[in-house]
Amino acid sequence: MAYSEKVIEHYENPRNVGSFDKRDESVGTGMVGAPACGDVMKLQIRVNDSGIIEDARFKTYGCGSAIASSSLVTEWVKGKSLDEAGKIKNTQIAEELALPPVKIHCSILAEDAIKAAIVDYRKKHGLEQPAEQPACKAA
Amino acid sequence: MKLPIYLDYSATTPVDPRVAAKMIPYLTEHFGNPASRSHAYGWETEKAVEEAREHVAALINADPKEIVWTSGATEGDNLAIKGAAQFYKGKGKHIITQKTEHKAVLDTCRELERQGFEVTYLDPEQNGIIDLGKFRAAIRPDTILVSIMFVNNEIGVIQPVAEIGEICRSKGIIFHCDAVQAAGKLEIDVQKLKVDLLAITAHKMYGPKGIGALYIRRKPRVRIEAQIHGGGHERGMRSGTLPTHQIVGFGEAARLAKLEMASDNERIRSLRDRLLAGIKELEEVYVNGDLERRIAGNLNVSFNFVEGESLIMAIKDIAVSSGSACTSASLEPSFVLRALGRSDELAHSSIRFTLGKYTTEEEIDYAIDLIGRKVSKLRELSPLWEMYKEGVDLNSVQWAAH
Repeated sequence: MAYSEKVIEHYENPRNVGSFDKRDESVGTGMVGAPACGDVMKLQIRVNDSGIIEDARFKTYGCGSAIASSSLVTEWVKGKSLDEAGKIKNTQIAEELALPPVKIHCSILAEDAIKAAIVDYRKKHGLEQPAEQPACKAA
Repeated sequence: MKLPIYLDYSATTPVDPRVAAKMIPYLTEHFGNPASRSHAYGWETEKAVEEAREHVAALINADPKEIVWTSGATEGDNLAIKGAAQFYKGKGKHIITQKTEHKAVLDTCRELERQGFEVTYLDPEQNGIIDLGKFRAAIRPDTILVSIMFVNNEIGVIQPVAEIGEICRSKGIIFHCDAVQAAGKLEIDVQKLKVDLLAITAHKMYGPKGIGALYIRRKPRVRIEAQIHGGGHERGMRSGTLPTHQIVGFGEAARLAKLEMASDNERIRSLRDRLLAGIKELEEVYVNGDLERRIAGNLNVSFNFVEGESLIMAIKDIAVSSGSACTSASLEPSFVLRALGRSDELAHSSIRFTLGKYTTEEEIDYAIDLIGRKVSKLRELSPLWEMYKEGVDLNSVQWAAH
């Protein structure tokens, strides 16, 4: 199948690959997906004292679109507050990468990964979780 | 060296230039309809068709009268299975096949189920090969037909065709064998094997696409009902004007295969072993299916913790096929690997390399180097690899399936 140029570019030069120490107080870790479905994403955010995401890392097991989606969101979350990052929508990711319909679940997974990392960070700091926004689930 | 390197010979093969040269005059010069009995144009093409039939028959040690031309093995499988089921339905309505057959067999069996037949789909063992005890146990008094392939298209394992044939013959059951991946790669002798119907195709053995053959045994006589009706060609079993140039190409490909198969196989096997040794340098590489009872050119491996589709994307300088079907929306991994009992991760991580007579050592060495670099790169990206390296048992993790 043909991938868009942006997917190929992220896939070939993935941004922010790697891991932070997940026990670090300033780090939030989100891991979503399952090997059985063919994709697992781990997204980590490092949050500074003012509540701004100053850095992010990812590792993804999955197809080219899944890798590109996670690479893209590590760029997008940087410089955002937790609330702002939590508002990133899968449709924005899918649009930016021109994902075909069969790959929309990759963008949904990336959105879920951001949310999971934010939840993890808030839990660590005893912060109130915002009203539960149901993460999109692929059918 | 031409890129991408073609390592997908089980999908199709290039036409051997000697085959192509033989075909061309039958497009331009000798264009007559082989069924034309009234003039020399027809006589010369009829002669060419019959010569080709002799070559194809010789490849499997059959009588030329036992060969019926088809458009390919999908048609051959359909004609054999539907034709035999419909002819013998008065004797019973039970058919036995296995889960790792090609779709041409599986979907044909599904269609027969809609027509009121009952089909048993056997599971192969973990090495991909059918267990004869389980096969015997599946036979019922009303079993009329068995369809088991010679060589599996994904993992290349060789089924015990001779033994299955003995069992079927002793019980009076018709035995059809899809031999697409075996013809031209293994010796097939229908005088020794008790197969009744056997489908092959030209384009997997350096012949053209669009032409195949169905072997239909004459002694003891096997009957089938025609599926295509028309001018009564091929003794009424398959009507339609014969494509002389395709048939001539198939005949030449069969003649060359018979002559050169043994030496080609030896070379292909050593290249396949070289490829395996090269990629075995990586950790967590698993061969899918039995390595010994397998055709020379097939290597199906899973690179654990790397997803198959992203690996294919990374090694785009090599033309291979993914064992997994994740390009579809279903995200279902290969049904063949699942039938072998492979875990989801391994089934999602498989690649099929199939080598052929034009594969070179230089190409294999290029492939080994590229695969090594890209697998390592993708593992650096893989959270599963990281967890494995940290000693986490992936089966103990509660995954949120999506």
